[in-house]
Amino acid sequence: MDATKMAAVGLSASYGRGPAITDINLEFGPNSATAIIGPSGCGKSTFIRCLNRMHETAPRATVTGKVFLDGEDIYEQDPTAVRRRIGMVFQRPNPFATMTIFDNVAAALRFNGRHSREETDKIVYESLQAAALWEEVKDHLFAGATSLSGGQQQRLCIARALAAQPEVLLMDEPCSALDPISTAKVEDLIFTLKRTYTVIIVTHNMQQAARVADRTAFFYLGKLIEVNDTKEIFERPKEKLTEGYVSGRFG
Amino acid sequence: MGARIRHGVNLTATVLAALTLVVVLIPLASILVTAFQRGEAALTSPGFFTESPANPCSPRAGTVCHYGGIAPALDGTLALVGLAALISVPIGLAAAIFVVEYGRDRPSARLITASADVLSGVPSIVAGLFIYTYMAANYPQIVFSALSGSLALSVLMIPIVTRTAEEALRTVPNSQREAAEALGITKWKATLRITLGAALPGIVTGVLLSVARAAGEAAPLLLTAFGNNLGFQGFTQPSDAIPLLVYDFATSPYQNWIALAWGAALTLIVIVLGLSILSRLVLARMARRLRGSA
Repeated sequence: MDATKMAAVGLSASYGRGPAITDINLEFGPNSATAIIGPSGCGKSTFIRCLNRMHETAPRATVTGKVFLDGEDIYEQDPTAVRRRIGMVFQRPNPFATMTIFDNVAAALRFNGRHSREETDKIVYESLQAAALWEEVKDHLFAGATSLSGGQQQRLCIARALAAQPEVLLMDEPCSALDPISTAKVEDLIFTLKRTYTVIIVTHNMQQAARVADRTAFFYLGKLIEVNDTKEIFERPKEKLTEGYVSGRFG
Repeated sequence: MGARIRHGVNLTATVLAALTLVVVLIPLASILVTAFQRGEAALTSPGFFTESPANPCSPRAGTVCHYGGIAPALDGTLALVGLAALISVPIGLAAAIFVVEYGRDRPSARLITASADVLSGVPSIVAGLFIYTYMAANYPQIVFSALSGSLALSVLMIPIVTRTAEEALRTVPNSQREAAEALGITKWKATLRITLGAALPGIVTGVLLSVARAAGEAAPLLLTAFGNNLGFQGFTQPSDAIPLLVYDFATSPYQNWIALAWGAALTLIVIVLGLSILSRLVLARMARRLRGSA
């Protein structure tokens, strides 16, 4: 890996009781996709939620350690400012239910600053294009967002995140609520997006990690067990635990 | 054999369910019909909505009774409830937003919820007495005024608005708040423009419920708005209200006043029913537009 866009250093987090993740050190390069895999409850979602300071919004949540974005600790910055630079896509599609398709994509632009109409129109168009949704919705941009199918809603959420013009895109099991065809579309999309963004994707689907990610990190019981190029993790894992997981012996 | 029993049970259950529907509808229909029949003469007299009540009169040979109208009470109710809503909706809504969006498990948030629960159980005459005492001690010149009346009604409305808005906000899925937060939208903007929007149907229902409750209350107004047959004269003067008129006139011995009381009662029912139907139509239209007919 030649450069670092984002890095977690000594990152631990909890929900008040025992630790959910412990002492994670992990780096993410620019213009690449990193997959985080591991069995349920291994802390992968908690970890990714620490990367845009969403974890601390949970009751009794605690975070220690540092997360650097372009060399600066995001825990020493304003969380809303951090989240504008680091977009997030959630497990279940969560478009703003009371808004139209267009307004969903334009949300970040409208709430977080001033943009002219033309500018907004242009960014909404580009974001929907980038999320591979434009062709499907161009004739009913002003219909309610919930009129879309689940897969379309998830791509709408990706478009909404992209419209905020982030540098990093966090995806927390973005396909777990989707059917296979929608999953394939979102995976294609991730493949394209990683040319422009730093993509960090949590998945419990190992094939998915193998298909989209340049690097893969394996988490187990709140610890980072191994991180390497995706090919290495799946073909020549160094750790016994990793090997057991990727070969399907547990998890 | 088994199938026949099953069909029999099924049929019985269906019939029983249909019967309970009738049982529920009978009081409603009967109230509407009775109020209309008894108040018909007054309702159909030309000045019902624009005039003051006529002098008391019972028909005797050779006399014609005039009814007049309920204008002072109607105007009074609109003014009293209007001001009370202006006071209680912002307060109730702000309290609900604090409890649900900012309070988390803070003791202060739980205190607000508990207070609202207790307050909504307070008998309405006590709300009137409370405002009466407060005004008498602090503003003795306007103890009997529309302002006092509105304050007393607000005491009843605030807990209803607070609790229903709380419930409505809680029904908004957390994923909506997370979506906004993850975009770097500030908490107050997200609350005002996303969470409140999603909770709007429930909030509107709650506000209407509180308006309906306040519009039908006589007890808290007896000690505050007091009543006034001259028409609405501003918030520092005593004001009439439909429930006060119904209370006064229905217990009077004069036939024209009794008819006015029934007519006024029907008017009140129609206003409340109309408001609730109107809000449902508006909300249904909003929902339809958002579901999108592509």
